[in-house]
Amino acid sequence: MARPGEPHIDTMRSPLGQARGLGSARAGSGHWWAQNLTAIALVPLSLWFVCGMIRMIGASRQDVAHWLSGPVALMLMLVLIVATFHHLQLGVQVVIEDYIHQPALRLWSLLLMKGASVVLAVLCIVAVLRLGL
Amino acid sequence: MRDARDALMVARNTDGKLVGRPLSPHLQVYRWPLAMAVSILHRISGCALGVGTLLMTWWLVAAATSDSAFAAIQWFLSSWLGVLCLCGWTLALFQHLFSGIRHLAWAAIYGFEKPEYRVTNLAVFAASAACTLVVVVVGLVAW
Repeated sequence: MARPGEPHIDTMRSPLGQARGLGSARAGSGHWWAQNLTAIALVPLSLWFVCGMIRMIGASRQDVAHWLSGPVALMLMLVLIVATFHHLQLGVQVVIEDYIHQPALRLWSLLLMKGASVVLAVLCIVAVLRLGL
Repeated sequence: MRDARDALMVARNTDGKLVGRPLSPHLQVYRWPLAMAVSILHRISGCALGVGTLLMTWWLVAAATSDSAFAAIQWFLSSWLGVLCLCGWTLALFQHLFSGIRHLAWAAIYGFEKPEYRVTNLAVFAASAACTLVVVVVGLVAW
C-alpha cells in the first residue's frame, strides 16, 4: 500500500481505460449555438432597449403603457425578455460549472439560477403584456 | 485514485516508479495583460447584468401593478444609489456588448492575430466607455 498523498493507482483498470469515454457529453454545441444566436439578437435589441429606457426617464405609468401598446415595441420587448433570460441562464450556467466544484452545491446553484431565470422572465412577460394589451 | 480523471495525472517515470504529473502554473503567476482583463470582465459584466435584470423586472412589474409601486421604483431610480446602479448597469451592458461582439467575430474565425487582438482589446474598452458616457450625458440632459 502506498502512503497517503503519494501517487498511487488502487484500481485494476488501466489509466487509459479509466480515461476513455470521458470526452464530450455531446450537448455542448446546442448550448453554444443558443448562446451565440441570442447574443446576435441581443446586439440590436439591447441598443433599442437603452434608447427606450432613456425615453422613459421620468415617465408615468401611462407613458410606459402607451410606449408598450405600440405593436412593434411590445413585440420587441417580448423578444428581448426571452432572449435576455435565455442568454443569461446559459451564460451563468457556464460560470457556475467553472467555479463551483462541489457536486451538490453546483447542482443546487444551477437549479436555483435556472428557476430564478424562468420566474423573472415570466414576471417580465406578464407585466409587459398587462401594460401593452 | 478515486476519480477516473486522476488517471491522467498519475504516470510512471523511466525507473517505473509512479509519479504525479506536473501541473501547469495557475493564474497568479502571470502578469495581468489587457487580454486577461477583457476576458474576465466579460464574465463579471455578464453576472452584473444578471443582477441588473432584477431592476428591470422590478420596474416592469411595478409599472404593471399600481401607482404607488411605480412611484417607489421611480423614487429609488432617482436616488443617488439608483443613479449609480443605472450608470454601473449601462457600463456593464456596453462592456459585455462590445466584448460579446468580439466573441462573435472570433466565432466567425476573425481577429485571432496578435496585432488585431491588441487593437480590439483597447477598442472594447474605448467603445464601452464612450457609449456609457454618451448614455449618461443624454440621460442627465433628458432628466
